[in-house]
Amino acid sequence: MHGSTEVNVTGPKISFEVFGIKVTETVVISWIVMAIIIGLILFLTHNMSLKKPGKRQIIAEWIVTTFNNLVKDSMGKRNVHYAPYMTTIFMFSIFGSLISLIGLRPVTGDYNTTLAWALITFIMIQVCKIKNDGFIGYLKGFTQPIKLLTPLNIISEIATPVSMSFRHFGNIASGIVITQLLYYALTAASNAIGLSFPVFAVAVPSVLSVYFDLFTGFMQAFIFTMLSMAYIGATYPEEENS
Amino acid sequence: MERAIVLAASAIGAGLAAIAGIGPGIGEGFAVGKACEAIGRQPESSGAVTRTMFVGCAVAESTGIYGLVIALLLMFANPFIGKL
Repeated sequence: MHGSTEVNVTGPKISFEVFGIKVTETVVISWIVMAIIIGLILFLTHNMSLKKPGKRQIIAEWIVTTFNNLVKDSMGKRNVHYAPYMTTIFMFSIFGSLISLIGLRPVTGDYNTTLAWALITFIMIQVCKIKNDGFIGYLKGFTQPIKLLTPLNIISEIATPVSMSFRHFGNIASGIVITQLLYYALTAASNAIGLSFPVFAVAVPSVLSVYFDLFTGFMQAFIFTMLSMAYIGATYPEEENS
Repeated sequence: MERAIVLAASAIGAGLAAIAGIGPGIGEGFAVGKACEAIGRQPESSGAVTRTMFVGCAVAESTGIYGLVIALLLMFANPFIGKL
């Protein structure tokens, strides 16, 4: 019989073990994603020239300009050096989510991946705060506006990476679960009316896939990047001539 | 028997946790409605309004996502079964 008759939603499977370290599916697929991104970048920036830019070079320049402008708009002109980090996160996130289009498990559907990114952003926020206010000023910032609020300030500081990572993970993982459940329901419906081949399960999930894979994947990558920029940008004092 | 009770309670709990979706639903509806009003009043600023709206929606969504995470935990990584 075609199709699964049991709801089978699992976490990432363990691909292989090296010296007792379990390497999961997520890590292997991350390597594939990295290889795709590196290959794409090498392809786009191959044979660049100032005089006669080719089609690939124009695409590469468009990507760089778009992200530079995005960072300039939301973080101010002097913080444009954050653009490479933001572009990296965006690209990794969007390719990690879109990899589900070719049938692999999305990298961002694993909490470890998004937590790692959120922790990087969290450390960057704290380092920027210390850099801008000095260590004493950084510690004093927690007692603002009154000393009574110190525990709440600490909690809200820790809540930043937690909410960022859970948001990205939750959106992608719920897509996986709902697609699986729908696939199971459609297979069961096909079996119930006596079809040997699950006709319903062929085309209908693809409609949901457009939303869950394409829209959510793109949206979450964008939101993760925008929030990183907003949080890091907020640690800098207001710009005089923005 | 104990296992059955724990499983049933976990399933009910997962369903209850999904009620957390009501809040973000209402909040995001408000946000999108206001954004539509703003675009209607000032169509030239639609790009900035849309971008801000999506980020705001994402922030409003996090409470719903917490509920979802708890539901997922109860269903697929149940911490109570191991304690029996």
